[in-house]
Amino acid sequence: MSNLLENLFGSSPVMPLEQHVNIAYRCTRELIGFIDAALAEDWDKATEVRKTIAALEHEADNLKKEIRLHLPKSLFMPVPREDLLELLLVQDKMANLTKDVSGLVLGRRMVIPKELAANFRVFVQRNVDAAKQARKSVRELDELFTTGFRGAEVKLVTSLIETLDNIETETDDLQASLRRDLFKIEDSLKPVDVIFLYRVIELTGEIANMAERVGRRLELLLSH
Amino acid sequence: MEHEIIYVSLAAAFGIFMAWGIGANDVANAMATSVGSKALTIKQAILVAAVFEFLGAVLAGGAVTSTIRKGIVDANQLADSPELLIYGMLAALLAAGTWLLIASSKGWPVSTTHSIVGAIVGFAAVGIGVDAVKWSKVGTIVLSWIVSPLTAGLIAFLIFESVRRLILQQENPLEKAKKFVPFYIFLAAFTMTLVTILKGLSHVGLTISVKDSYLLAAAIATLVALIGAFAIRRIQPDPRHEKKQHFYTVERVFAVLMVVTACSMAFAHGSNDVANAIGPVAAIISVAKNGLVGEKAALSNWVLFLGGAGIVTGLATYGRHVIRTVGEKITQLTPSRGFAAELAAATTIVIASGTGIPISTTHTLVGAVLGVGLARGIEAIDLRVVGRIVVSWVVTIPAGAGLAIVFFYIFKAVLPAVM
Repeated sequence: MSNLLENLFGSSPVMPLEQHVNIAYRCTRELIGFIDAALAEDWDKATEVRKTIAALEHEADNLKKEIRLHLPKSLFMPVPREDLLELLLVQDKMANLTKDVSGLVLGRRMVIPKELAANFRVFVQRNVDAAKQARKSVRELDELFTTGFRGAEVKLVTSLIETLDNIETETDDLQASLRRDLFKIEDSLKPVDVIFLYRVIELTGEIANMAERVGRRLELLLSH
Repeated sequence: MEHEIIYVSLAAAFGIFMAWGIGANDVANAMATSVGSKALTIKQAILVAAVFEFLGAVLAGGAVTSTIRKGIVDANQLADSPELLIYGMLAALLAAGTWLLIASSKGWPVSTTHSIVGAIVGFAAVGIGVDAVKWSKVGTIVLSWIVSPLTAGLIAFLIFESVRRLILQQENPLEKAKKFVPFYIFLAAFTMTLVTILKGLSHVGLTISVKDSYLLAAAIATLVALIGAFAIRRIQPDPRHEKKQHFYTVERVFAVLMVVTACSMAFAHGSNDVANAIGPVAAIISVAKNGLVGEKAALSNWVLFLGGAGIVTGLATYGRHVIRTVGEKITQLTPSRGFAAELAAATTIVIASGTGIPISTTHTLVGAVLGVGLARGIEAIDLRVVGRIVVSWVVTIPAGAGLAIVFFYIFKAVLPAVM
């Protein structure tokens, strides 16, 4: 026997979205440990961390499917369903990219040239910071729904997104300087390794880009 | 009246069964909103429901009961054969009870009120004659079934919008909540007591002048608001929970308000829905006792009392489980939203009760929830359910009527004649 009132309330995507961004962030956070292991060429450790990353990415993926499944077209929500699904998608990509980067590095047992090591580590750290700031912003989603996307709460979220944008700009600069450094030494490396190094830098930088797009999506929700 | 005992005991048995069903099922909708928002625990909700359902039934349930009892069927048509009213009302009770049983086993969102009104109209129109139905009154009732959810929705929209502007969107929502919530408490208590005093108490034999009614209602509401304000002042911010949810403490302030609106909701429900079970019983008793369709016969208070007791029994035996399961599912209805829905629904229902119009409390509450939703207050509402409500709304009336007609002819053949 089902009850009218309990059926009237569709399952809300808000808390699941916050959970999802949390898992996605926890996935990207593992990248720091992974890169440390890779820099030290400790491939056993790297394999270990990579397993955690894959598991978290998988968890995020499952939750993504679950959320989509519970968002039928008949749902009436304060914000368009499409915007929430798009937010979910970019959140999920942060985890996907982490998995891609770690897969590439581990698969090729890539050795990061020691000239790049220090800057590369900072670069990864800042990308993870961007994901963390994205999580912080998405965690305000329930408060945004409570206030109807108006008033004091909007100001708070706007400032969180501003910080997120600043971190993303910083990662762009770091990425540019990493590429310059790599360019200087690329003649001394194997061409194939160089190609993949560029690829890893690019993929890692995408994490912050996705985090920034999480911010853009949240902004779109604010404008409703 | 040789067979008086048979009829009265049959009627009482059916009536109590119906009241039990209302207590077991419908009350859950009225109370689950409070449990879902964690304003009340299950135990507190049952206590509140038991007390205020009963008070609502006895203090303000008279007008709707008399509508069901003698407002739908034209008694003048039955002057020569009063026993037809007995068969009919018994049939209506059994039909509505059966239909509710079928519907709830299938999970259809069916209203008790719609079932019983459909059943009474059915037996009267077919068993007695089309003229035996007071169609203008029936028209008013059916119209009110459309108007009441809309009204509740509009009120809920306005209340919630005001909460948002005055409190939630402000820089310091907690401070604002502590300031404004006592006024909402006053509003809730004032509306409930005023309508009860103006419209309900005459049935219990109390008459108070209009001016005194307003003063009395204001005095009671002020007292309730002061108690509320005292409870609110004791609420301190909880930084541990605030970190996760900035509105945690604000919602706790609203939870105080929701205790008041939960009482209102239970009271309103009792005032309107007790009639569905007790109206037909009262009709049967007055015919069986007087041997004629006693339009003037006063409603005995013990019948209302019986209905109230039936509802509370249903609540205690089975309703608590329904409240728990429903309450766990509707956590989206935080106190700041739940109170808006409850206050709007309760106000609409109590006004309808005062006017003697039987409406569906559940549908009115759904209307109120949709109103909060339209104010963008609810994260996700499944519109398919709203569609199902409309369909079941339309199906219930002929279904109740058809069953009542069948039972009517069975009773006519089986039961002994009155005279």
